[in-house]
Amino acid sequence: MSEIGLPTVLLSPRQVASESIGVRRLLIAVALGFLTLFLVLPLAIVFSEALSRGPVAYVAALLDPDARAAIALTLTVAAIVVPLNAAFGIAAAWAIAKFDFVGKNLLITLIDLPLSVSPVVAGLVFVLTFGAQGLLGPWAAAHGLQIIFALPGVALATLFITFPFVARELIPLMQQIGSAEEEVALTLGASGWKTFLTVTLPNVKWALLYGVLLCDARAMGEFGAVSVVSGHIRGLTNTIPLQVEILYNEYDVAGAFSLASLLAFLALVTLGFKSWLEWRSDRGVAGQAAR
Amino acid sequence: MTLSIAGAAFKKPSALPGFAPALGATVLYLTLIVLLPLGALIAKASTLGFAGLWAVAMEPRVLAALKTTFGVSFAAALIDVVFGAIVAWTLTRYRFPGRRLVDALVDLPFALPTAVAGIALAALYAPNGWLGAPLAAIGVKVAFTRLGILVALTFVGLPFVVRTVQPLIEELDKELEEASATLGASRLRTLLRVALPPLIPALLAGLALAFARGVGEYGSVIFIAGNIAYVSEIAPLLVVVKLEEYDYAGATGVAAIMLAVSFVMLLTINLLHAWSRRRLGDV
Repeated sequence: MSEIGLPTVLLSPRQVASESIGVRRLLIAVALGFLTLFLVLPLAIVFSEALSRGPVAYVAALLDPDARAAIALTLTVAAIVVPLNAAFGIAAAWAIAKFDFVGKNLLITLIDLPLSVSPVVAGLVFVLTFGAQGLLGPWAAAHGLQIIFALPGVALATLFITFPFVARELIPLMQQIGSAEEEVALTLGASGWKTFLTVTLPNVKWALLYGVLLCDARAMGEFGAVSVVSGHIRGLTNTIPLQVEILYNEYDVAGAFSLASLLAFLALVTLGFKSWLEWRSDRGVAGQAAR
Repeated sequence: MTLSIAGAAFKKPSALPGFAPALGATVLYLTLIVLLPLGALIAKASTLGFAGLWAVAMEPRVLAALKTTFGVSFAAALIDVVFGAIVAWTLTRYRFPGRRLVDALVDLPFALPTAVAGIALAALYAPNGWLGAPLAAIGVKVAFTRLGILVALTFVGLPFVVRTVQPLIEELDKELEEASATLGASRLRTLLRVALPPLIPALLAGLALAFARGVGEYGSVIFIAGNIAYVSEIAPLLVVVKLEEYDYAGATGVAAIMLAVSFVMLLTINLLHAWSRRRLGDV
């Protein structure tokens, strides 16, 4: 508005307060070039290599007995890990977002802790806990429990790694929403459970779903932690990522990428779902969708 | 309910139910899944003592791996800060076809399993790969060198920088830039003196996050690195190698050193967040 009164200014402040068209194009080109090099090409080569021997070989690689065993184990681990971490993510979010108590920030930091621990170290801690020389190793052996180099070890390491995913999606959203609606429901006579199921849950359902999807994608794709505790017993304790590693090291590149393409596809679904949630909340359809 | 009397000072009163079971379940689960296992590591590390840890760190092969891990992680984090800032700025300030798709793609390193990223990068930069072949023609070798580790760590660290900086660019007050322009500053000067300063804490936090992630990264690195002792071995790999040799003390030592660095980084990141909040609060 003020520029009308300033005839000497040739460009409006809005135009001056941006880069020239040449600089813009250069920056866009740099950004897109960098992302193509580091993100698009790695993604493209997964599918290109997977299909390099044709669709028949692709399907055959997925139906190989070791591959099927790996897929089954991965699905089993995810079926154990995701519901547990979802349940505890909800409990943690309820305690943290709806109440004020001493040590809350410490608790939030501790929940985030697995994110800053190297996956390999996450695997190591379970070997040190339950391995033959570990703290609980003799106890587990005395009770005939095989934990390390078996399904329980793989599940525990995955639980550790994916512990924060659901809680992290829910806590900020539930803090932002506040507890006024729950208080109204309780005042009107609803029980605590009914309030949670009919008031809280509908408000956070998309964030919960996204957290579950993130948790699932990571649970199925975890490599470092699982690699340390699994013992690499083919057909028994190999998850999809471990089977990918074995195939790749045996120079069955197409086979490795065929299995890898399943996980890459899951990653793309996760990204697509997140974009859809953001698009929804940008348009204000949900108003309260995740981030 | 039983907690309400004893916990009066511990918790602010609230009309909502379920505090004790929710908190109790969370703390119990956290203790069993995260704290006790980490405690086992710390217990094992403390039997080594400081001298024992120092001896592990000073083994030539461990020392070389630690140097590689920290050095290359830092270099990759710096690359991510530069290009991540450009990507974040471009995605926030400019409109171009496919922007939403590109924005979604930035999270790929979060979502793609590390082993998948690892074999993809290894295949890309192999001597006969899409990028490896042209690079080999000009004499640049990426696979099985530290350069390969740099590529992998740049990949995993990128979203940490972009997603840390992006929200702050969105919040930048454009009127300040307009004021600076009308007062006669060139665009470059406006960017450096007006737009950049509020972003610095976020850029540093992004640097710390990308660095911390790089130090612990395993899956996406080991395939492209080739894992040649003293050349392209990373610290997480040595944990695995020592475990395979049943050298539990050695593995614990390397892990404890990595864990200590992660905690320092976590602390740094929290301090940077606090600094950033204070700065923005002043405006």
